[in-house]
Amino acid sequence: MIDPISVFLLLLAAATPILFAALGELVVERAGVLNLGVEGMMITGALAGFAAAHATGNPFIGFAVAALAGASVAMLFAILTQFLLANQVASGLALTLFGLGLAALFGKPLEGIKAPPMPIGPLRINWIVWLGLLMVPLIWWFLNRSRAGLILRGVGENHDAADALGYNVRRVRIAAIAFGGAMAGIGGAFISISIVLQWTEGMTAGAGWIALAIVVFSNWTALGVLAGAWLFGGVTVLQLRLQAAGVSVPVQLLSMAPYLATIIVLVLISARQKFSHRAGGAAPGSLGQNFHVLR
Amino acid sequence: MMRLVPRTETSLPWQIATPILAVLATMITGGALFAIMGYDPVAAIRTIFWDPLFGPAAGYSRPQLLVKAAPLILIASGLAIGFRAGIWNIGAEGQYIIGGITGAAVALAVYPAEGMWIFPAMVFAGALGGWAWGMIPAMLRNWFGASEILVSLMLVYVAQKVAAWMAFGPMRNPEGFGMPGSRNLTQYPSAANPELIDGTGAHWGVVAAAIAVLATWFLFSRHIRGFHIRTAGLAPRAARFAGVKPEALVAFCLGLSGALAGMAGLFEVAGPAGQITDSLGSGYGFTAIIVAFLGRLHPLGILLAGLLLALTYIGGELAQLTLQLPAATVQVFQGMLLFFLLGFDLLTRFRVERRVLA
Repeated sequence: MIDPISVFLLLLAAATPILFAALGELVVERAGVLNLGVEGMMITGALAGFAAAHATGNPFIGFAVAALAGASVAMLFAILTQFLLANQVASGLALTLFGLGLAALFGKPLEGIKAPPMPIGPLRINWIVWLGLLMVPLIWWFLNRSRAGLILRGVGENHDAADALGYNVRRVRIAAIAFGGAMAGIGGAFISISIVLQWTEGMTAGAGWIALAIVVFSNWTALGVLAGAWLFGGVTVLQLRLQAAGVSVPVQLLSMAPYLATIIVLVLISARQKFSHRAGGAAPGSLGQNFHVLR
Repeated sequence: MMRLVPRTETSLPWQIATPILAVLATMITGGALFAIMGYDPVAAIRTIFWDPLFGPAAGYSRPQLLVKAAPLILIASGLAIGFRAGIWNIGAEGQYIIGGITGAAVALAVYPAEGMWIFPAMVFAGALGGWAWGMIPAMLRNWFGASEILVSLMLVYVAQKVAAWMAFGPMRNPEGFGMPGSRNLTQYPSAANPELIDGTGAHWGVVAAAIAVLATWFLFSRHIRGFHIRTAGLAPRAARFAGVKPEALVAFCLGLSGALAGMAGLFEVAGPAGQITDSLGSGYGFTAIIVAFLGRLHPLGILLAGLLLALTYIGGELAQLTLQLPAATVQVFQGMLLFFLLGFDLLTRFRVERRVLA
């Protein structure tokens, strides 16, 4: 007795945190920055959003605060990589470790509290799910059709050339990092406010890392991110359904599915990119490299 | 106006000074954080950094220093080798868990037999398990170009699920009254990893960590492979001309760091932890990343950094008991430390000059 519509609605909800975080990271990476701190920004958003929603009783204020909190911690990464020219891989890891610790530290008093109820949007679908779906064409348009998006891609593809043309590489990248942080924050808050309905330590459980893998899977396109997030959502829902149906496979093995699926998808897509004519797929040319000019 | 001028060579004095500066900055910022949270900052910092070594209860906490430092140093030594070559194994936590499981599996399979060979076989099995878990991202990168960062990290979550499955399923203690968790290896003489010298906390993991420090020092300063690793990290193209095969290097670095993490996991399961539980992963694999960076990817630095981070663990536990400081404080401290270190690192690679306006 599986109702396809309710399964699809579950899939949409399960995909939303990843969709937000991966769309944010997509913009960051298209600007040439690799921020491995997605998990840390998500958990910060999950906590800050939940705390604000609980304090005000309004989940929408919660999401706004989560975006702000995500962007704020992302600024730590921006300072390190854009001003202090620190290694991006290490700085992203630091952000994840710091975010997980910070959220655990300030989250203690909120444990066991229920999230305030959220008004249901059109077609029984959560407003934030709608917002996530709306962000896909918006970001596609921004990256491919807008002037600002063209500059951002230029900065990501070749920062020296963009600089020579007079664009402020650092400013573009900081804006992208802030946007990525805000999106990750909203994605994290969706987990605490709309899925789990409470705060628990470490509740993002690798969602930020899966989002990073989905950006690779997407071949750095907005539509690809949507496909990846839905694929992930599908695997999650299927796994939960099998658990509920009492399949004779241990629960712990079933719950590996999202992570194993991520690895498999990552391998398939990397192989396609590796053996296609352009090495590295559509990865931005300056991805992960810091920019410094002598002037 | 200030400007940054790249140094032609990284500055050795600053390389030594920046970790110390980072620790001081962490103490100051951490103190401010405690003050905001309503704790006495001076007491908190003293409890974390001073009391475990010289405080009234130091007799109990001092041996813990080696117990906590050993896995950190063992894992970080392996990670540093890869990091130097630009190969990012961030899934040491998973390799640690799997090593603990495969190592313990040997003991649980032969229980209750006794013999001199059992413990060495466990160590070998632990290293082999960690090696195999580390080779997964290595092979997927070599064959398909998949990011070893993401694959190794995903495998941490998979390993945690494996540990939970083992604790509730195949490895559950048949005489444990249905409680999750395996037999306690510390009560099985041939499999136990005991304190070797009373009152020091030193178990076989400490011996292995010491060997790892010496071996990595030898590798980097005396062995051609160490030279290849450093070259690959600094100038990948030049390394190719020098005959370095990137695929072989990826397999070597991920395999070796996996094996060391797996050994660390086994020493923990057979000693301080005692059994396989679903909370087998204790975060050592992630903290070891900080140890490797704080130690500047240098064996001696890693030794000192491992001891310092072990101190924050013990101090954190002490502060939890005496000041009711939340457990996550240590995690925040460790994250902050890495932030400051990466920030101050600028000074080793650049000179700050005052810009003269013409």
